[in-house]
Amino acid sequence: MSRLWGLAPMEAEPEPAGGAEGETFEAPGVSSFDLPPIFPGVPWFDKYILQAIVAVILVLIFWLVMANKNKMVPSKGQFIGETAYFFVRNSIARDTLGHDFKRFLPFLIALFSFILVNNLWGIFPFTLLPTASHAGWAYGMAAMVWFLYNGVGIAKHGFFGYLKNTTLPSGVPVFMWPLIIPLEFFSNIVVRPVTLALRLFANMFAGHLLVLVFVLGGEFLIFHGGSIVNVTAGVVAWIFSMAIFALEIFVQSLQAFIFTVLTAVYLSSALAEEH
Amino acid sequence: MLPLELTGSLGIVGYGLGAIGPGIGVGLIFASVIQGTARQPEARGAMMGTAWIGFAVTEALAIIGIALAFVFGGL
Repeated sequence: MSRLWGLAPMEAEPEPAGGAEGETFEAPGVSSFDLPPIFPGVPWFDKYILQAIVAVILVLIFWLVMANKNKMVPSKGQFIGETAYFFVRNSIARDTLGHDFKRFLPFLIALFSFILVNNLWGIFPFTLLPTASHAGWAYGMAAMVWFLYNGVGIAKHGFFGYLKNTTLPSGVPVFMWPLIIPLEFFSNIVVRPVTLALRLFANMFAGHLLVLVFVLGGEFLIFHGGSIVNVTAGVVAWIFSMAIFALEIFVQSLQAFIFTVLTAVYLSSALAEEH
Repeated sequence: MLPLELTGSLGIVGYGLGAIGPGIGVGLIFASVIQGTARQPEARGAMMGTAWIGFAVTEALAIIGIALAFVFGGL
């Protein structure tokens, strides 16, 4: 719970029921995500922020290298960069934003690559922790998107024009206005950033928790389980955790894609003339 | 033999129940995409774009469910 809201104090976790064999298995839970700071005495500098900084550096280096020294006949490296660029440009930006997509392309590419790298930290062997599994990162990125799409809409239509545009679909009869306007306001202004953040966070959180359950549970069964049945079950859990990792690769890439697509959709609906 | 004793949070059961609806919804979305692709394979790209957005919006219900499971987990 404290993970979700970042403010509430951590509630006491109920102790898991003791196993038959002496030692008890402490199930991974919300507290598994509270990591100690890397340097003692610098409480804000934990693994999450280190990963995010490294991700920014990696993304920056990647796009700087890719943007320089482009040739008419692309090399292999340039081909990778162009494929990544065209993926965001064609299948995310141009399809949803229409002819006006070039203004937002840098933002969408930065967003996509930053989220992708940060999610893939969850399967990278030396980190094994997606950055967005700490809710604050997802909230920050969704807040950025919220300010951007509202700001873009207000800049285009004016404040009241934008409000009218987002909260009142055209063609609604007058007697329906008291029902439609609060609903549309709620769904377009309030719920959108919340679901955007929670989707990214909850996917990363749940995926990492799944990996923890399989790997830590398997470890306990193998080394503290005792009987041969438990050891076999632990080995099976470890093997199956590889399948979970494969699923995680898919989910992490998909979430980076969906976050960017939804950003583009929100931008295009803020820019739209008529609903 | 000990009688079965369960401890834990009812919020998790509630999340399980709440995930039924989005599960059906996501299944319906991709069932339609598969059908549409079978009928008209060249329209697959256009359908997938819409399908991912629909998937994300439907999935949001399950995501809100897991968030509320943690929020009300202490009850």
